[in-house]
Amino acid sequence: MRLSTGTKAAAIIASAALLMTACSSGGGSDAPAADGPVELTFWTWAPNVDKVVETWNAANPDIHVTVNKQDGGDPAITKLLTAVKAGSGAPDIMQTEYQKIPTLVSADALADISGEVADLADQFPEGVWNDVTLGSDAVYAVPQDSGPMQFYYRADIFEQLGLTVPTTWDEYAATAAALQAADPTKYLGTFSATDAGWFTGLSQQAGASWWGIDGDSWTVAVDDEATLKVADYWGGLVESGVIDNKPMYTPEWNAALNNGTQIGWLSAIWAPGVLEGNAPDTAGLWKMAPMPQWDAAKPATGNWGGSATAVTSQSKHPAEAAQFIEWLNASQEGVDLLVEQTGIYPANIPASAEALSEPPTFFANQPDFYEIAAQTAKTAGSFTYGPNVNVTYSAYNDEFGKATEAKSQAAFTAAVEAMQKVTLEDLKSSGFNVKE
Amino acid sequence: MTTTTPVRPSAPPAARRRRPGASRRQAAPWGFLAPAIVLFVLFLALPIAYAVYLSFRTEKVSGLGLGSGARTEVWNGFANYAASLADPEFLASVGRVALYGVIVVPTMLGLALLFALLLDSRRSRATKFSRISIFLPYAVPAVISSLLWGFLYLPGVSPFYYVFDRLGWDVPSLFSSDLVIFAVANIAVWGGVGFNMVVIYTSLRAIPSELYEAAELDGCNQIGMAWRIKIPIVVPSIIMTFVFSMIATLQVFAEPTTLKPLSNTISSTWTPLMKVYRDAFIRGDLYSAAATSVIIAVATFVLSFGFLRLVQSRAFGQEK
Repeated sequence: MRLSTGTKAAAIIASAALLMTACSSGGGSDAPAADGPVELTFWTWAPNVDKVVETWNAANPDIHVTVNKQDGGDPAITKLLTAVKAGSGAPDIMQTEYQKIPTLVSADALADISGEVADLADQFPEGVWNDVTLGSDAVYAVPQDSGPMQFYYRADIFEQLGLTVPTTWDEYAATAAALQAADPTKYLGTFSATDAGWFTGLSQQAGASWWGIDGDSWTVAVDDEATLKVADYWGGLVESGVIDNKPMYTPEWNAALNNGTQIGWLSAIWAPGVLEGNAPDTAGLWKMAPMPQWDAAKPATGNWGGSATAVTSQSKHPAEAAQFIEWLNASQEGVDLLVEQTGIYPANIPASAEALSEPPTFFANQPDFYEIAAQTAKTAGSFTYGPNVNVTYSAYNDEFGKATEAKSQAAFTAAVEAMQKVTLEDLKSSGFNVKE
Repeated sequence: MTTTTPVRPSAPPAARRRRPGASRRQAAPWGFLAPAIVLFVLFLALPIAYAVYLSFRTEKVSGLGLGSGARTEVWNGFANYAASLADPEFLASVGRVALYGVIVVPTMLGLALLFALLLDSRRSRATKFSRISIFLPYAVPAVISSLLWGFLYLPGVSPFYYVFDRLGWDVPSLFSSDLVIFAVANIAVWGGVGFNMVVIYTSLRAIPSELYEAAELDGCNQIGMAWRIKIPIVVPSIIMTFVFSMIATLQVFAEPTTLKPLSNTISSTWTPLMKVYRDAFIRGDLYSAAATSVIIAVATFVLSFGFLRLVQSRAFGQEK
């Protein structure tokens, strides 16, 4: 096909014009039509949320919610922050992980909906509620799901090798060594330098809270005693070789879960879904137990993952958006639908008892799955996130990457100290008030 | 690539006199150029200017930095540039990329030249098939090829390591800190050889056959012909592919970023562009990222044009 230059130019201009209109028409809420329904957009990455929203839309003809599927927590946040900077293009409603809330509030991306929702404080675990209020009177989001951590293990292999389920970290270390002695190809777990949220959960269990607000200043305590204790413990396990040092969520790790080379996983309540996808051959062979403890008399756990639903600062209908969020995350109907359709572990306490009557299908062999989960969820400590979690998490990847590769216990505690330094310097150079 | 315009003989005075319709004739080329200029300005020049502007700015937070109005954008002078150039992680990433370039570029171009010469040699069979199969990896997006190779590098799932294990060989993981650079380089070589081979092969095909006939009459064999005729004639193509490869090396991003979650040894600032990405989208600091981008762009510009200047006389001598 041979086009004249004029035709080509016209085609280029036309496609450029198309491109520009496509860019400008994305996202955002339109001004309310005189008497039409309020249109709300909702960015979320949880599977099948659109089916939950269908029920809402059928029952609420005045408030129509449109789901816009996102790739995952990190890319969605990046897009939202860009939209906030650009001044338009943000959705009305946004799913966000707990650790991102201070970052979003700091970027003025979220609306305070304390005036729009009922007092929900006593419907959620204290730690989770603290994550969405940042300890203030404001309410920046309503918690959707939480990720209390437990220990997942291959019950069949434990039985076969005569291992007992560890209840303390000392026992965990002894079990890891006994397993290696019995079969050097098998590991009780791996220390993953690519999963900062996982290490945060382990530190939270030991009593850490990496950020804090003291008056008008932030405090940073990544290198507190609890975190150093956790790093030192895992450094010892990795150095002695009884625990693997490869990252999680790689094809290699999936294969190891599936073929019984990795026989334990310190994970969170959403683990059944991951195991079902990554290790389908092992259905019915896994069991869940509470986390190994530092102090058996004071059981504790940490959180890994979990998210909340927020109204963005660009929404023109915060009241309607808040109404939808309250129905989604804090009503029996909404929570039932979320559990049924998306398989989450709801953060809402009153609604979860009814919603979680059956164990997950992958753990059908453990009828008391959600009873143990509920008991452990109560023991999650409070953990305050700061406005530069991403900086700390990326420092975790880099520093612990080096430490796990070196398999050196001393490098593990040095990595924690480096994380503290990076976090503190970033806050200071950005101009935050920091108290040392 | 300079083309020297011959000095035009001065136009006769009559032509200079303005005639009716001259202005329209002068406007016509601009009309044809307009779409290109508009697109260039909108999608290249303006974003570059904006990035340069951002690189001199920064955002200051006050107090706890929560809620609206806590952040203000302020002038920052050259502080972002100074911070970038003094950042040991940035300098380490530059050193890493230099080493990576030393590994990738000669290997890739050497293989490309070798394959092109083999395909061009008269005794080759199945050249069409070979040409396509060598070119094919270039058609695989870098992210996909990195995932494929990543699978092959992981001892737990790699068929190679399975065979090594069966043979009783203890082969170290390619993701160990000493070898990871070769693991990344291998993907670039695998993906890049085909493209460069086609460029060199095309210029080999353009060599007039009289040259070969003359050489044969003089008793030159195939290797001699390759060495004395073909390679000297395709030098401009090799130089062009070298410049392209050098630019691609400075911009290496997709391969290490895709391999990063599979390994402990690729940090978030493994290459300069990865640092830009981390600063912009993980740390949320567009300003430092803009400054580092400008530094990388200037370095790319200086290196490519500096190199071209250096080899110009030799490579493009015949064009003058």
